[in-house]
Amino acid sequence: MLDFLKNLDRRWIFLLMLLSVAIPILLQAQFPETPSELSQVVFEELEKLEEGDKILLAFDFDPASEGELGPMATAFVRHCCEKKLKMYFMALWPVGEQMIVDNINRVIKADFPHLVYGTDYMNLGFKAGNEGVIKVVITDMRQLYTTDADGTAIDQIEMMQGVDNIKAMDLMINISAGYPGTKEWVQYAVTRYPDKIRLVAGCTGVQAPLLYPYIPQQLPGLLAAIKGAAEYEKLVMDKYGERNAEGEIIEPGKYFEGRRRMGPQLVAHVLMVLLIVAGNIIFIADRRREKRQ
Amino acid sequence: MNSSNRLWLILFIIGAVLVAGRMIMSSNGMGKAYVQAVPVNPDAENEDHKWTIYEQASLTDYNKSVLADPNQTEYLFSMSRTLGVWFAALMTIFVLSFLIRDNPFYKFAEAVFVGISAAYWMVVGFWSTVVPNLIGKISPDLVRNWALPGLGQDEHSELLYLIPLALGLMLLWRLSPKGGWISRWPMAFIIGVFCGLRLITFIHADFLSQIRNGIVPLWVEDSTGAFSFWLSLRSVFLIVGVLSCLVYFFFSFEHKGIVGKTAKLGIWFMMITFGAAFGYTVMGRIALLAIRLEFLFDDWLWLIDPTDKRVEAVVSMLGLF
Amino acid sequence: MKRNIPLLIAMIAGFVMIVAYFIPYTETWGDTVIVWFDILAAIAFVLGGGNLLKVHLKKASDQVPGWGYSVVTIIAFVVMLGVGLGKIGVNPAAKYPEFAWSGSYREVGAPFWWLYEYVFKPLQATIFAMLAFYVASAAFRAFRAKNFEAILLLATAFIILLGRTAAGPALTSWFPDSIEGLEADKLTEYLMTVFNTAGNRAIMIGIALGTASVSLKILLGVERSYLGSGEE
Repeated sequence: MLDFLKNLDRRWIFLLMLLSVAIPILLQAQFPETPSELSQVVFEELEKLEEGDKILLAFDFDPASEGELGPMATAFVRHCCEKKLKMYFMALWPVGEQMIVDNINRVIKADFPHLVYGTDYMNLGFKAGNEGVIKVVITDMRQLYTTDADGTAIDQIEMMQGVDNIKAMDLMINISAGYPGTKEWVQYAVTRYPDKIRLVAGCTGVQAPLLYPYIPQQLPGLLAAIKGAAEYEKLVMDKYGERNAEGEIIEPGKYFEGRRRMGPQLVAHVLMVLLIVAGNIIFIADRRREKRQ
Repeated sequence: MNSSNRLWLILFIIGAVLVAGRMIMSSNGMGKAYVQAVPVNPDAENEDHKWTIYEQASLTDYNKSVLADPNQTEYLFSMSRTLGVWFAALMTIFVLSFLIRDNPFYKFAEAVFVGISAAYWMVVGFWSTVVPNLIGKISPDLVRNWALPGLGQDEHSELLYLIPLALGLMLLWRLSPKGGWISRWPMAFIIGVFCGLRLITFIHADFLSQIRNGIVPLWVEDSTGAFSFWLSLRSVFLIVGVLSCLVYFFFSFEHKGIVGKTAKLGIWFMMITFGAAFGYTVMGRIALLAIRLEFLFDDWLWLIDPTDKRVEAVVSMLGLF
Repeated sequence: MKRNIPLLIAMIAGFVMIVAYFIPYTETWGDTVIVWFDILAAIAFVLGGGNLLKVHLKKASDQVPGWGYSVVTIIAFVVMLGVGLGKIGVNPAAKYPEFAWSGSYREVGAPFWWLYEYVFKPLQATIFAMLAFYVASAAFRAFRAKNFEAILLLATAFIILLGRTAAGPALTSWFPDSIEGLEADKLTEYLMTVFNTAGNRAIMIGIALGTASVSLKILLGVERSYLGSGEE
């Protein structure tokens, strides 16, 4: 038995992992969420803003991390729409522009159709250069952005009037999957202009522990991984319910994506703990047997 | 037939039977995609200036529209996007098949991904940066008459941008078998800029700012003004943790005596740090798997419908709508 | 000339960035250099694509084992590039119907979008999703409590794994008030904000010093390995 477990084909582990994620998805299991302090801070940072305030949303992720970050992006955009903030989207990742367009279609066009492009929101799109782009947008955006993502001259866009750089923003949200992302925004924008650029972020699980040293001085709030997304969704849904700012019913399912994903998350986490325990029991039993022999 | 081929054949047959069964059992079918036809410039006088674009739609939208008007033409079944959903499902399964063992399906999917992704980045880089920020700066009229008619009229030719153009061409020289040294100039430029940026920024944001963030009062009072043991202990841990880890990184001293003990404490702090990193990494990976399975169960197999994409279909099927 | 000019270019470009950081008057110099850098970053995508094509064309022409997959890569690359650069199937922008090329390369419904949505997206997402399986396998096979340090690592991972889901609070919510700080979710937060922050802050300080010293060595021409070793 011990030898069987010691040399267990890893495909059995794969199958266990597949089932632990698949079954909760099929059962659509959901569990209660209690927002952490950091998620609460992110929520409050947006709540503090007034109607018409400017907010920069930098979508630095791609489909590879959409499982974690997609729900955050959706919740952030909805929150901005509810607060009637002026949204400026941009991306440092090539596929980030597609993520922006997806969220504009999913949230703004579907549930807030009264918002007008160029007046309430705009898409600056992707520019190559990683932190090089951050370095330019903190001083003079027009050096890089002569048009928006759809080819309209920047100066013809109403909400770009008087915006020379991102210091004009009242808050900035970064959704980050790695390099370039939140770390670079903190390093190149916030640290350089701590009084003018305020940043909150949502990031992947891999990045989250690495960003804690910046909290709270350089980064007041952080949504960490899918759990952070689920907490934020709850905060937004508790406050704004299932109707948009105009009182029309919105389609709620897409605003619970993170919370839904916490079902498989829970089962898979328990499986991981059990696997580690099982691995160690086998290890200890094997060591004892070796000693006896 | 060897055992490997037999295994694949059995898996293929099981999969095909399950999918066929699912198709037969579901009254609405599965993996179908719908679109909404949106006319563009419908009032334009010139017929060439009118066309139709097809936005993504759901079966719910389609059914609602058909019930309201059976002859409607706004919502349509899309064959190309239905094929797309099936192709995406197939690619997902091809990649997952690697878990059983390396196989030609996985290798095919991998080969497609490598080609597609490299071209994707190239296309995005070209249209988003090279056209507006290089060609558009050197010859704005050309770009205005071609791809960016909205480019501002005040944009004038800036010949200074011939420098990045030249550097760019020199960079591409790297592809040539001869004259490799030519690409060193733009490489040196890129590396120089990178080093200049990082030298200052890392010192500012990750060295000086971290020292500043780490300077916290050890005597902490709570909101009532009373001494808080737990908050104070937190500060002590933070400072002791950073200092002990730094001592561990200090290899100029031999890790013996008090230095050794402090370094040991630093290792413990780092083990907790790595444990936290592991926990969070697991968390992230599972979410990535969840979204792929959601795609298979929701968009392809139609086993779940968390966003009510097909709710009206069921209601209408029961004659309740 | 083949080695000294690149050294000089790196030095000038780097020091312009440094000076621009401290002297507001020179900030525009820094911006100009950075914009050129951004353009080169976009051209680097072309270099990346070209390199890929070169490698796979060679594999295909030499008919090395598995060359058929190189042909698949080449076809995928050429098709994606063709439909993207050629804006195949893309309508003009609604505002500029007279300009055939004015539409967006990523227009919904166009072939480039189709290849993104139904090929690139599922492949990229699934390849990364595979890591969930490998991390599970690694947890079973490699995570052994061999000594005190390993126990610390494992215990932290346990607390985080349980504390970041509903399982942790459910298992520990019965703790009496006197030890409520040990409840899984609160302990997770404590570990992250104190121990993890301390550890990562020290690592960050170390990396910052390392990055700064390497950057300075490159800018001063002490470190030249990026130029390659040979004359060519």
